[in-house]
Amino acid sequence: MPKYILKRAIMSLITAFLVATLTFFVMNMVPGGPFLSEKAVTPQAQAAMEAKYGLDKPLFQQYTTYMTGILKGDFGLSIKKRGRTVSQIIGTKFPVSAKVGGLALILAVCTGIPLGAVAAFNRGKFIDNLLVVLSTAGIAIPSFLSSTILIYIFTTKLKWLPSLGLKDAQSYIMPVVALALYPTFYMARLMRSSMLDVMGQDYMRTAKAKGVTTFKAIFKHALRNAILPVITYLGPLLAALMTGSFIIEKIFNIPGLGSEFVSSITSRDYPMIMGTTIFLAVFIIIMNLFVDIAYAIVDPRIKLK
Amino acid sequence: MSGQYLVDIQEERLSFFTPAGEVKALNNVTLQMREGEVLGIVGESGSGKSVTAYSIMGLTAQNGKIVGGSVEFNGHKIHEMSEKELRKIRGNEVSIIFQDPMTSLNPVWTVGNQIAEAVSLHTDKKGRAAMARAKELLELVGINEPEKRLKQYPHELSGGMRQRVMIAIALACEPKLLIADEPTTALDVTIQAQILELMQELKQKLGMGIIMITHDLGVVASMCDYIAVMYAGEIVEYGTTDDIFYNPKHEYTKGLLRSIPKFHEHDYSKLVPIEGQPVDLLNPPKGCGFAPRCSNCMKLCLTHKPEKNQYEGVHYARCFMQQKEDFLKERGEA
Amino acid sequence: MEEIKNNPLSLQWSLEDFTPASVEDKESLVFMRESVSFWKDGLHRFRKNKIAMSALFIVFLITICCFLIPGVYPYKYEQQMKGSERLAPMQYSKTEQKQIDAGEKVFPHLLGTDQNGRDYMIRVLVGGRVSMTVGLVASVLILVIGSIFGAIAGYFGGLVDMIMMRIVDIIYTVPDVLIIILLAQTLKFPLEALASKPGFAWMQKLGSNMISMFIVFALLYWVGMARIVRSQIMVLKQSEYVTAAKALGAGSGRIIFKHLIVNCIGTLIVTTTLQIPSSIFTESFLSFLGLGVQAPMPSLGSLASAALNGFQTYPEKLFAPAFLIFIIILSFNLLGDGLRDAFDPKLKQQ
Repeated sequence: MPKYILKRAIMSLITAFLVATLTFFVMNMVPGGPFLSEKAVTPQAQAAMEAKYGLDKPLFQQYTTYMTGILKGDFGLSIKKRGRTVSQIIGTKFPVSAKVGGLALILAVCTGIPLGAVAAFNRGKFIDNLLVVLSTAGIAIPSFLSSTILIYIFTTKLKWLPSLGLKDAQSYIMPVVALALYPTFYMARLMRSSMLDVMGQDYMRTAKAKGVTTFKAIFKHALRNAILPVITYLGPLLAALMTGSFIIEKIFNIPGLGSEFVSSITSRDYPMIMGTTIFLAVFIIIMNLFVDIAYAIVDPRIKLK
Repeated sequence: MSGQYLVDIQEERLSFFTPAGEVKALNNVTLQMREGEVLGIVGESGSGKSVTAYSIMGLTAQNGKIVGGSVEFNGHKIHEMSEKELRKIRGNEVSIIFQDPMTSLNPVWTVGNQIAEAVSLHTDKKGRAAMARAKELLELVGINEPEKRLKQYPHELSGGMRQRVMIAIALACEPKLLIADEPTTALDVTIQAQILELMQELKQKLGMGIIMITHDLGVVASMCDYIAVMYAGEIVEYGTTDDIFYNPKHEYTKGLLRSIPKFHEHDYSKLVPIEGQPVDLLNPPKGCGFAPRCSNCMKLCLTHKPEKNQYEGVHYARCFMQQKEDFLKERGEA
Repeated sequence: MEEIKNNPLSLQWSLEDFTPASVEDKESLVFMRESVSFWKDGLHRFRKNKIAMSALFIVFLITICCFLIPGVYPYKYEQQMKGSERLAPMQYSKTEQKQIDAGEKVFPHLLGTDQNGRDYMIRVLVGGRVSMTVGLVASVLILVIGSIFGAIAGYFGGLVDMIMMRIVDIIYTVPDVLIIILLAQTLKFPLEALASKPGFAWMQKLGSNMISMFIVFALLYWVGMARIVRSQIMVLKQSEYVTAAKALGAGSGRIIFKHLIVNCIGTLIVTTTLQIPSSIFTESFLSFLGLGVQAPMPSLGSLASAALNGFQTYPEKLFAPAFLIFIIILSFNLLGDGLRDAFDPKLKQQ
């Protein structure tokens, strides 16, 4: 087990390093480098700017400077928001996104898994068919559609919920639901097929032959096995929530990292784009590592590898 | 009748209801067995041998249903019992070992946990007492270092050891009947012999009845008192092991015997496989099920179902060859 | 014969009954289910699947609508009509009303017009065409790269496999959408520079965003496909026909393409079909963020994005493209599920 975790950790480290490197060099393909806006400036101003951001140095030196900066948590200065570092902006915006994303994650896990399990257990019956139809449709709805439908119903028509900002508890409802919609249905589908697979396994027959009750067969023998593939999805789920937040935060006007990222794209605030990309990538990579460790705890077979 | 037999199956008919139609898996199967006997059920896949044995513990797939006849075990009318009542019998009075020990154990629970579960389900022994009993059982099935094995997961054990664990689970409550569904098929040849030896030893020690399901006549020869040969959902021949091996009456049994290698004969050309495919139970044939593959098939075999021909003792077979013999004999006499 | 008939034991039989049955008689009894090839079998199962067949029909219908109708439609997607801005569905502008009053025939704006006076119906259709094209091209790219990579890793095994699969592992953990955004953002300039050179004018039309999107798909999205193909090839390469081909002196390349990839074609079709909706999803996501196709060319995502601001007043401008995305993704998903049920032998066993 420690060997397994070590191996995964090293892999994560390599991936994080590669992502950061890739980000840096890709960004340097932008004419004039990532640290300048492409507005026409005087040559003197240009030179001053280059000196300020260290762009007059050779590329490799810039790279090492940037990488050591990242290790210290320094992503440089934002271009559009004068005087603020990228780290400061991430520091204030990320908790907002994390709150919405975390709630959506909890919602997705707590509804998706039971729904899938219930459907599998009632295979072929009405409730199963209903869930299959719902989840098939559910994973085909782009989040901008689901969130605008929610706004249309609950704000425009019923006037129950606020559509913009995050002022009170009520205002969390729609963004969280909209963000959780896709992962919930995806998880339900995954859980259903995994549960069906497990229910056909030989060891379930063994349990039945022992005289185990249906309840115990499901809760002791089936669930733990069925949940394994769902755990592996938690990593991609996190990434999905993160990228989903770009759209959700834009639509619901939430001052999180997602909407910040989107506006930095439109305003071409390159240090901000780079910083956010690397930060989110490393965050997702770390979360994936945790998921791998969790998997190793739930599945005893992993220890062998 | 009941009380006299441990297992008493009368005219059992069992069908699976599939989208393609009714699959008549068992057609009027009658089978009896006393306590402490070893019965072998032989046949190829799809012949109904497993279905017959499973129905003794009420274990049929969801779409399977007993549509006629009766199944009694140890005085219980299995065919009339609810799932809840069946649960009290399963793993307690009758238990089973499956073919593939690799997949029959739950991968996420320790061996000890899985054995102890079987113990605590039907006895007063719970928790630590159940675990102590699990350890005893592991010793019984010849696993060394039982203390250590209890805490291990199935994937940490070899195939032979896992099958021993399955046997330990089956023996947890000292059942009156142990059903062994091809217990050695998935194992290496040397391990096969060990497992068979263990089962024989345990039978001597515990005195339970065993139903041995196999397609391998070699396995039943060494262990069984009686053998039922099944084909297409019917018992085509039944008798003592000697009857079946030395005096087979049904063409299918003869074919099976021809297809096993004998060590003292070096002429392998005598190994004759049975040609053709088993019948489609969705459309069962009108005549003898084996007719299309039988090398001695006669015209009436195609149109009539052979009746039971009783021989010495319990030995019987359903094959028209006997009728032919009688017919020719009578004609010769006439 | 008389005496025998009187014999109670053999009462019912005659000598004729005991003569050997002919082979034909025996065979006539065997109701062998028709032995069918893998493809015929799969096709049969697919045809019986009503949901998958309807999905196929809808995909077909949408393809026809999006690819053929724009050619004959009376309006063009980039055509701006003065005075026809922001019309509601089926509404006519003042000039058009006058034309109608004058007895001329004016084709109605089925979904109204946008803020620049462009017919919205044709924009949605062309947007659908763009989205479908992106999905299809991306999936083909993924198919080619993923299957070749996976086949090579699976066929050679050993160290080659180890190194190749570590690469796959690393790409797998890279958060793809972030990299897509990054690349879409930065590839723009070099691509635009390239497009201005002679011979690359087609790139201008396609837009640098779309090309960078394809590059990203080609760089990152093939790993899932590679994993699937690899595991199939590892099983297949042990088959006897591969040994036979080797014995005949066939080279590795020939074995991989002629014998191995051909045999996992079912899986390839299924995986590719299921890849299409996911690519369309990503495209609409990027277009929504303004990183998609270049204006004035519409895509479903960019149409929805543009309609977002005014959607309280003009909800149909948002719902039309969004609904089309929904239908396209849903039907491709259902089609893929149906193909998997029909052609994936692993699922067949269950």
